[in-house]
Amino acid sequence: MNVTATVNGVEQSGDVEARTLLVHFLRTTLGLTGTHVGCDTSNCGACTVLLDGMPVKSCTVFAVQADGRSITTVEGLKQDGQLDPIQQGFKEMHGLQCGFCTPAMMLVSKALLDRNPDPSEDDIRWELSGNLCRCTGYVNIVKAIQWAAKERATA
Amino acid sequence: MYPPRFDYVAPTTVDEVLAVLDERGDEAKVLAGGQSLIPMMKLRFAFPELLVDINRVAGLDSIGEVDGQLRVGALVRHNDVVASDVVARANHTMAAAAPWISDPLVRNLGTVCGSVAHADPLGDWASVMLACGADVVARSTTGERVIPMSDFITGPFTTVLEPTELVTEVRVPKYAGRGGGTYLKLERKVGDYATVGVATHLDLDGGGTITNAGIALTSVGPNNIKAVEAEQALVGRAPGDAVFAEAAELAARAAEPKDDVRGSAEYKRNVVRVFTRRALTTALEHAQP
Repeated sequence: MNVTATVNGVEQSGDVEARTLLVHFLRTTLGLTGTHVGCDTSNCGACTVLLDGMPVKSCTVFAVQADGRSITTVEGLKQDGQLDPIQQGFKEMHGLQCGFCTPAMMLVSKALLDRNPDPSEDDIRWELSGNLCRCTGYVNIVKAIQWAAKERATA
Repeated sequence: MYPPRFDYVAPTTVDEVLAVLDERGDEAKVLAGGQSLIPMMKLRFAFPELLVDINRVAGLDSIGEVDGQLRVGALVRHNDVVASDVVARANHTMAAAAPWISDPLVRNLGTVCGSVAHADPLGDWASVMLACGADVVARSTTGERVIPMSDFITGPFTTVLEPTELVTEVRVPKYAGRGGGTYLKLERKVGDYATVGVATHLDLDGGGTITNAGIALTSVGPNNIKAVEAEQALVGRAPGDAVFAEAAELAARAAEPKDDVRGSAEYKRNVVRVFTRRALTTALEHAQP
């Protein structure tokens, strides 16, 4: 089946089986390997992408469901050679150790800040509660998002 | 993990969905949010030959108010309920349950109707619907059925739905006068099933007497349990601590918990007792004039 979707602002097409998961369409068909396969059982959230701006687990969506829709992956965060404030925040506040969960964490953060530019720590922790970090780096992840919120407010 | 191969159709009208189900319902599953179905297919617990994706059908994604009921369409996501002003005003039990369904990512896609139709014995929404006295609306090419929630689920992952039927909406009563309710969920971590969940619903008349009571339990039996004796102990009486403690005791007796990784049977039964009393007290607070 043909799937055509706007991925990081660019229209992309590919032929897939109906059973192809969105995460495999992104990684294998389009070569966007920034989206990670973690648990593959809908628990860890490492495969999170934005579907029409909304964070979803791409291991639990079929690629055909994304036909005609818009997808943002971590590769789409950087604009005009500039890191997104969220990416800068993770760098400045040491918001990652191994980095495996980081693309998903950053996309969830982006959706949060787009909806709520000034979130409380509770808002942030609630929003991140579907994404696991096994380096136990949540403290610095929260700080990174707070840094990004401030940066976006002054930009 | 890939699921087994399947055929896929994405109709754009309810009539087209029903026509497909009429022809191939026996081998088909309806795909709404997919947050239970897709993991089950990946684990080979489910292997439908055909998926009927209803996500492109217009008009199923709204929460309407008709004739004293909330009508929750088949594509209303858990997070739509979280964000709904209508639900916040008209049904506190639903409003309380929605933020505790799975995790934020699942709530973005998973649907209320899908959860009800899936009939996971540890699911939260069925308890909410049992306590509130909701109806499930099922359509096929031959017509529409309105099925009381208390008749809908017949066993774990099993309902009275025919293979040719689509759940188009659930209808949840709005409070007629003074009413309230809540859902309390004990969970070990975000995304886990409830260790115990308790849904309550109360309607009071002008004099403050309980005219209707709903209590339903999650994760303490082979299915969601409607604690009928506990409900009956409340109707016709004035609400208060002693009456609620009596109902809580009856709810704890109605529970059929088992020892498992989430706790001992004795512990869970006690949580039912404590949660029922608390959830009735919260329901009453909502119902104050």
